[in-house]
Amino acid sequence: MKKLNVSILQFPGTNCEYDTVYALKKLGHNTHVIWHKEENLPADTDLVVVPGGFSYGDYLRSGSIARFSPIMQAVEAYATAGGMVLGICNGFQILTEMGLLPGALKRNNNLHFISKHQTIKVINSDNAFLNQCKAGEILDIPVAHADGNYYIDEEGYKSLEVNGQILLRYCDAAGKPMVLNGSVAQIAGVCNQQKNIFGLMPHPERAMEFVLGSEDGVRMLKGFENA
Amino acid sequence: MKAIVNVYLKEGVLDPQGKAAHHALGSLGFDNVSDVRIGKQIILELDAKDQAAAKAEVIEMTETLLANTVIEDYTIEIL
Repeated sequence: MKKLNVSILQFPGTNCEYDTVYALKKLGHNTHVIWHKEENLPADTDLVVVPGGFSYGDYLRSGSIARFSPIMQAVEAYATAGGMVLGICNGFQILTEMGLLPGALKRNNNLHFISKHQTIKVINSDNAFLNQCKAGEILDIPVAHADGNYYIDEEGYKSLEVNGQILLRYCDAAGKPMVLNGSVAQIAGVCNQQKNIFGLMPHPERAMEFVLGSEDGVRMLKGFENA
Repeated sequence: MKAIVNVYLKEGVLDPQGKAAHHALGSLGFDNVSDVRIGKQIILELDAKDQAAAKAEVIEMTETLLANTVIEDYTIEIL
């Protein structure tokens, strides 16, 4: 296995950075928590994770202010040059606000903060992230969000489908599509066209231990070492 | 100079808060309401040499930060 140097960003209000450290250390990787005021990523960074939480209190719109933090210029340059970036929950919101990922995340249809274990179906696994999963496989991963309702216009949706950019969809335990939060076509995660930038609302870093309910997150996060 | 920016979800993008408020109005007997949309109002105090310059600047602020044009539309009023 390839040992990765993972840079995990931290904004005021981020709260999943140490869960992410735990998850990636468990997989044998080196982790560095990077404060948002930094202007550069460590030169040996193999993967950037924008973790979950409530950066800037979700003021204005979730992720809208964090995208202008100094470190995000470095992340944008890193991503544009082909570097691997993973945004989880608030991280996904930040990446869509930046335009690094298509679409946007708006308030859940039922207006509730949804926090529970959720089954999700792997749609495309032919990428640097989900290569240890199989298309069609059902995973059990916690979700915890108020703004997870993925929106993209019809044309954008078609291009996601054609390019294999849909990573995950919410489903019931039998794998049938399930409306969780109102997302277009039950989308739970997408990637960019070049398939180096990934975003998802569910929290794989919270599904690393069988005794805590699920270890399906291991298989998800393991993908990067084979990228 | 004062600028008032109204930001709201685009037509065709479901507004769950508006829908919930619409439903509540119906429950209260206000059954003549055909649609409710909820947005936000951002009030800016700014220095600018004239209204046109202020408007141009506020458009840039709105497109960059105040609205997410993937899902939202906006109106700007300069006072």
